[in-house]
Amino acid sequence: MTWMAWTAPTAAFFIGIGLALCAMTLFELRWPTLKRRGFLPLATTRGDRFFISLLSAAFIHLLFLGFLPEAVALASGLSVVWALLVLWRG
Amino acid sequence: MNKPYNNKAWLGVLPVLLIVAFSGVVPLMTVVNYSVQDILDFNSRFFVGFQWYSETLQDARFIEAFLRQLGFSASVLIIEIPLGLMLARGMPRQGLSASLLLVLLAIPLLIPWNVVGTIWQLYARSDIGLLGVGLNALGFGYNYTADPIHAWLTLLAMDVWHWTSLVALLAFAGLTSVPTAYYQAAELDGASKWQVFRYVELPRLKGVLVIAVLLRLMDSFMIYTEPFVLTGGGPGNATTFLSQHLATMAVGQFDLGPAAAFSVIYFLFILLFCWIFYSSVVREND
Repeated sequence: MTWMAWTAPTAAFFIGIGLALCAMTLFELRWPTLKRRGFLPLATTRGDRFFISLLSAAFIHLLFLGFLPEAVALASGLSVVWALLVLWRG
Repeated sequence: MNKPYNNKAWLGVLPVLLIVAFSGVVPLMTVVNYSVQDILDFNSRFFVGFQWYSETLQDARFIEAFLRQLGFSASVLIIEIPLGLMLARGMPRQGLSASLLLVLLAIPLLIPWNVVGTIWQLYARSDIGLLGVGLNALGFGYNYTADPIHAWLTLLAMDVWHWTSLVALLAFAGLTSVPTAYYQAAELDGASKWQVFRYVELPRLKGVLVIAVLLRLMDSFMIYTEPFVLTGGGPGNATTFLSQHLATMAVGQFDLGPAAAFSVIYFLFILLFCWIFYSSVVREND
């Protein structure tokens, strides 16, 4: 595993993603998803909304890193709020 | 009525998932790991956080290469999609001539990318190339190695020559699926050629056209070999696209950390484009 050049933050990030995927699988088995239409302009399943949350979180971070690199913590906060909003009402 | 999805079939995808993990996910995780470190050699690595990301996003050369890339991909789509459609519509639907044309159209697709670059490099040379000498004889003063506009037009012409066939073949496959009865009905209704295209053919072509746009967008967004062989990114940086800039950083300068951050950003944009097209296809089908 040394060749993968792991660091503690990236390991924590990928473990977090892995755990979230496991949680999504368990949710799916317990409460199968329904495709529904929220404030997003397309009908989505729970997995779609999770993917949209992750992708938008990445772009929110890129936007802050490009224009306001010192406020990257704000990007993380915004991403969490946005992700919750998308998962709940998207 | 709303019906819950049954996802048990996903278990059948498990072997593919393992292969993709080995060939895609693990290398991608490695790139992410590299992107947050300053790597001097295998034993000297220092965590730098998001530094390479913000440096890349503020780097004028990255922004220029990105804009160039968007311009190139947009030009490719604007030319190749209508041209491919026109070719497909003009082709006979059956018989020997149809088969012959299909084979002829497929030829550029069979040529390896670096060979295409070499062919066009020779073809466009202003001293011995047929195109270069021909254009100069007509008084255009053509020299793609010195003039950025000439270099761009040559690259575009090369890409159009190489890939329009793909769009034409996909559109042809879509057109052959339109039942003859539809054309007969349109003729009885007195539809014009444009109306036949707009209301009979285009709705049936939507699926293949989305695939054609997606394939051409992805491919043109990742273009590397042809400009590398034809122009080497020049004159100046006029035809240096994202992948070429990335290769210079990663392989030429061995800046692994910044190159990894660049790769992750590049990947995210490609993922975004793929998702937009995928969701537009799904939306159509819904």
